[in-house]
Amino acid sequence: MAKPLHPTPLLDELEKGPWPSFVTGLKRLAKDNDMAVDLLGHLEHSYETRMGHWKGGTLGVVGYGGGIIPRFTEIKDKDGNPRFKDAAEFHTLRIMPAAGMHYDTDTLRKLCDIWQKHGSGLIALHGQSGDIMFQGATSENVQKAFDEFNELGFDLGGAGPALRTSASCIGQARCEMSCYDEAKAHHLVINKFLDDLHRPALPYKFKFKFSGCPNDCTNSIQRSDFATIGTWRDNIRTDEAQAKKWVAKNGVSALVNQVIGMCPTRAIQLKDAGAVAKGEHISSVKVDDKQALEIDNKNCVRCMHCINVMTGGLQIGKDKGATILIGGKSVLKIGATMGTVIVPFHPLNTEEDWENYLDLCQRTMDFFAENALEHERTGEMIDRIGLANFLEGVEVEIDPNMINRPRMNPYTNMGGWDEEVAKAEARKTAA
Amino acid sequence: MAQPQVRKPIEGFLDNKKFLHPKFAANYGNWKMHDRPRPGVLHHVSHSGDEVWTVKCGTQRQMDHYTIRKLCDIADKYAEGFMRFTMRSNVEISVSSADKVEPLIKALEDAGFPVGGTGNSVSMVAHTQGWMHCDIPGTDASGVVKSMMDHLIDEYKHERMPNRVKLSTSCCEINCGGQADIAVVVQYTKPPKINHDLVSAICERPTVVARCPVAAIRPTIVNGKPSLEVDERKCVCCGACYPPCPPMQINDPESNKIAIWVGGKNSNARSKPTFHKLVAAGLPNNAPRWPEVNAVVGKILKAYQADGRPWERMADWIDRIGWPAFFEKTGLPFTKYMIDDWRGGRVNLNASAHIRF
Repeated sequence: MAKPLHPTPLLDELEKGPWPSFVTGLKRLAKDNDMAVDLLGHLEHSYETRMGHWKGGTLGVVGYGGGIIPRFTEIKDKDGNPRFKDAAEFHTLRIMPAAGMHYDTDTLRKLCDIWQKHGSGLIALHGQSGDIMFQGATSENVQKAFDEFNELGFDLGGAGPALRTSASCIGQARCEMSCYDEAKAHHLVINKFLDDLHRPALPYKFKFKFSGCPNDCTNSIQRSDFATIGTWRDNIRTDEAQAKKWVAKNGVSALVNQVIGMCPTRAIQLKDAGAVAKGEHISSVKVDDKQALEIDNKNCVRCMHCINVMTGGLQIGKDKGATILIGGKSVLKIGATMGTVIVPFHPLNTEEDWENYLDLCQRTMDFFAENALEHERTGEMIDRIGLANFLEGVEVEIDPNMINRPRMNPYTNMGGWDEEVAKAEARKTAA
Repeated sequence: MAQPQVRKPIEGFLDNKKFLHPKFAANYGNWKMHDRPRPGVLHHVSHSGDEVWTVKCGTQRQMDHYTIRKLCDIADKYAEGFMRFTMRSNVEISVSSADKVEPLIKALEDAGFPVGGTGNSVSMVAHTQGWMHCDIPGTDASGVVKSMMDHLIDEYKHERMPNRVKLSTSCCEINCGGQADIAVVVQYTKPPKINHDLVSAICERPTVVARCPVAAIRPTIVNGKPSLEVDERKCVCCGACYPPCPPMQINDPESNKIAIWVGGKNSNARSKPTFHKLVAAGLPNNAPRWPEVNAVVGKILKAYQADGRPWERMADWIDRIGWPAFFEKTGLPFTKYMIDDWRGGRVNLNASAHIRF
């Protein structure tokens, strides 16, 4: 039995309504956990004052420089003693879940057991970077909890100016849109850069994210410095039975309005089945006895829309790999930026492909570590130095897929024009 | 005397193979297609002929271990002992036969977990830590989200939006909740209040000066102590100085407001990814239920639901009808603060004669 609850009239309002209530959950914990009792009191005080009342600090586990988020209460009585003493220290352990956030129930229960024993019992599944957030441990218990999580096979996540915990979509495990082994990429990258994850020594945070297709379920373009997004180079595959089934169910008007009309590059046409163009880059599929879809794969930008709508009838191609974009980040300091295409297509099949990929990751991290200013993300660094300089630094050749449109102002010295033309010709020859 | 034994950590990223549902492991990289037999259920078919049904349900994200254990009990009794979580804190429990789906749904719903969040529904809100744990929060995301999802639960359980709707909530302007179709984000409206007695002891002043996006902070001496001052005519009230310098308090119970942004899209489907755009601000930080925020979110969703065409995300819909129609249909006031004056912001102005009359 824990100590009695503090009155929480404001939080009690959040026990009403049909969506699962975190307040009800906290009260369940508070039945036998004094830290949860005082957390409720602490949070109620925030609801009364409409202010946060935690301050940070420095705290770690043996061997690591980051991964623990320390929190100390700022709610003190007139003598300087914490008003909610059992939640006076309320630290979070960031623990990396396995790629794709898969669990078996046995492991989840063991994680619960450890946190019931050493912490408040409150667990966020998951934080915005993709960590399991074990919230609420005393300074003394942080190491004990970590040791047990670590024995179970889990490692600490990133915090501070370091490589951060990454995220990958469900991908190959259960999705037909997947174009590369996301979990493998996730695994290889994190294990390669463990030192940068655990011992913060970068100019600022660096995030990788892995999405199996351009639907980008991990939001990698907007939320990661290094986005690896699955794509394919050959033609969209088709399945006549599934395509006919879709049209029989939804009608030709839906096909026109929802599939053909919404293709961003107008690469799809509805044709009489006998009039479909032939050619190496054409996909076609009959949608009923008379008509067929004709897809010009040369003009398809792999946006996924038609494949999302007619799942099964239209499918991703077979020559798969990934597009790599660098420089996505949120608001601070120049405003949000999206990643920019650095590699239009990177195959990820053979061992050599993976080595080349990891090598690019390494060059990017090295360039960032050496050239970014303090508290500057890759996107801001690229803004400051220009994409062409960044590409030179990471040894990647320029490509017109990197831009939306060429420059619209004359403000650069183009004295090296002839040499650049020679390079362009050489790239063409090498391709 | 012997040194105390120090345990060395075992560094490395855990392999996910042992956590995969057996059907996922057996058909890894070999899936053919999927459909949705009903809202909240995904049905995947492999090239091998294997099938798997996945039931998706919502949680409060900030879970007590009892809630997680309850999910484990359900996954053991009504499914096959495996589950995974989505980026928006939904739980997905998979089974290898269709007849297990309905009993699993019933068990989840009886235990209070709403089943839904698939396809063209309103999914759970991606959100941040807030007053519960953050050291710089302007609001409590968990509370905002709970009150929003109480309103939106029917749209979570049904698929009756034009396309999927993804929401986010962020407790400060850093926007850790991320880009979304509708994003609820704290907006500061007053420059920081500086406690000059503490600045020199706590803050590394050059770092704080460098953090300001508009160069409004400069070093100064106050009462004989080194401190910092803010040029309040330049200050954009973003709060960037507060994390490196807590004596520059940006939060305030009254002047912290909430803004609503729409049309963020992560996916590349149809249009390229987009950032969300400001459509409302000045909403009070009205804990514990934030009714004013819910009213605006409700208006936007209603307009989108009524007027959006199948497969149009919020951004696609607005792209088709134009911003004047968005403000007309939602009834939200268009103010000067929506006219972008940040660097590069002129690309957001209409440089054409394209006007819808």
